[in-house]
Amino acid sequence: MAASLGVVTPELIPFETPLALERGGSLPRYDLMVETYGTLNAKKSNAVLVCHALSGDHHAAGYHESESNKPGWWNHYIGPGKCIDTDRFFVVSLNNLGGCSGSTGPLSTDPETGKAYGPSFPEVTVLDWVHAQARLADHLGVEKFAAIVGGSLGGMQALQWSITYPERVGAAAIIAAAPRLTAQNIAFNEVARQAIMRDPNFFDGNYADHDVIPASGVGLARMVGHITYLSDVSMGEKFGRSLPRADRDAEGVNFAVEQYLRYQGEQFSGRFDANTYILMTRALDYFDPTLNESIPLPQVLSTTACKFLVLSFTTDWRFSPSRSEEIVDALIQAGKPVSYTRLESAHGHDAFLIPDATYERIFKAFMDRVHQDLGGNA
Amino acid sequence: MISHSYQIPDWIAKNSRVLDLGCGDGRLLAQLVETHAIDALGLELDPDKIAACLDLGLSVVQQDLNRGLSNFNDQQFDTVIMTQTLQAIRRPDLALSEMLRVGREAIVTFPNFAYIRNRIQLGLAGHMPVNPQLPNPWYDTPNIHLSTFRDFEELCQTLSIRILDKDTSNLSGKRTWLGTVWPNLFGEVAVYRLTKES
Repeated sequence: MAASLGVVTPELIPFETPLALERGGSLPRYDLMVETYGTLNAKKSNAVLVCHALSGDHHAAGYHESESNKPGWWNHYIGPGKCIDTDRFFVVSLNNLGGCSGSTGPLSTDPETGKAYGPSFPEVTVLDWVHAQARLADHLGVEKFAAIVGGSLGGMQALQWSITYPERVGAAAIIAAAPRLTAQNIAFNEVARQAIMRDPNFFDGNYADHDVIPASGVGLARMVGHITYLSDVSMGEKFGRSLPRADRDAEGVNFAVEQYLRYQGEQFSGRFDANTYILMTRALDYFDPTLNESIPLPQVLSTTACKFLVLSFTTDWRFSPSRSEEIVDALIQAGKPVSYTRLESAHGHDAFLIPDATYERIFKAFMDRVHQDLGGNA
Repeated sequence: MISHSYQIPDWIAKNSRVLDLGCGDGRLLAQLVETHAIDALGLELDPDKIAACLDLGLSVVQQDLNRGLSNFNDQQFDTVIMTQTLQAIRRPDLALSEMLRVGREAIVTFPNFAYIRNRIQLGLAGHMPVNPQLPNPWYDTPNIHLSTFRDFEELCQTLSIRILDKDTSNLSGKRTWLGTVWPNLFGEVAVYRLTKES
């Protein structure tokens, strides 16, 4: 495939105007950690916003410091000649409010107390993120995004954009998402939250005061989440019933899959803030543009003004194809331009991050057309 | 590759809403967008063909026609098209009813099984026909519900479907003189424009 973006550098952008929040309260000021790739054209019409999922951040593509590091989380899909082609598009990716990768969140200092927010950081929602992203667009001089794309929780942001700012979205790509979570999906999030909250080192979210982190709880939350992001097939293919690897810590571990989950949990608890994890899962749970079915989804989507691409993956059981099809059917009934494919994949929910020829072909065809509709060449 | 029949564009109103069931690579819809400025949606199963439709800037949804059109509203489209697909559907009768539920008019084309070449292969040689019109052997064919002009018209009557126009073309989508005179014997492709009896 095409060339890499090479080394990229994030930028911290301050916003000094208060932001009122959907579930009450406000942030007096905030910073957003942002990466951009490619060049904004003279008409400022070629911007693409990439929205991250639960544990993602602004580092979507390229490498930090050197190419020997791990690339951004969607590096396979963003770059020169790739689906989101940085030779054509100006790509904007940010760490959302409440995150723990540089944007204002529980780890940041509350200007009113001079202390870290910790558990007192206000609840933020997908709608709040979209408002903050709109202010980022204003800051960058982007009146309208050529496209807004995201997978999972990121897809929910793209959907919310099409509803909240229809005039500012040219196209929306909503991948492995849902119009709102099912009870089962919320239940998984609750298990993850409980794992964190029951960790003795959690201290009601004030763990920083005790100079500890609830590493065991966050690790366990990640392990549960991780299982739901994979599929029975992919876990079977990757681990089967094979024994632990000898070159890694195998103490008290009977099977390779256990070792893998523990490793994932440990890695994650070292990099991800517990209060942010709770906040992000709550944002997922509360997302519901139908306002608890008080407005039918086709009606909610009737004011959208963009082209849609919806993609799902056959073995995704956390955000199953039938959930994506709810979005598709509502768009059809609202008479909106929508394209949809249920992609064959063994990789469960994680499939949206993983290279796949058909996925790339369809995603690229859609994005190439977005570019063509801007007046560019195919 | 069978080209769509020449009559179809004449039966489409400018700026109308058109749904194409089994739209393939999107050639017909893209042409109608160009010439008739239609608001187009295609349904297709094959991801490669979906990608080809996206290349043409069309909206296309992956959907198995055997599962019906229950995700569509009544009378959502001016015209619902189905070219050379009816014979491959599990229940052509239900498909036709659904087409005229979601659309005001339907355009349907299918291979005429009573075409003279088929009659010769079946009636004289005693074989299920295999030819450019029906290229697959009987044991491995998507064409599970073959019919003729006469059969189709009987079904329309049963379903209270009114035939607005009826025509025929050859496999290249062109008019043939003999087919026009005697469609059930010399028409390779049956072409119908339908609406629901009011």
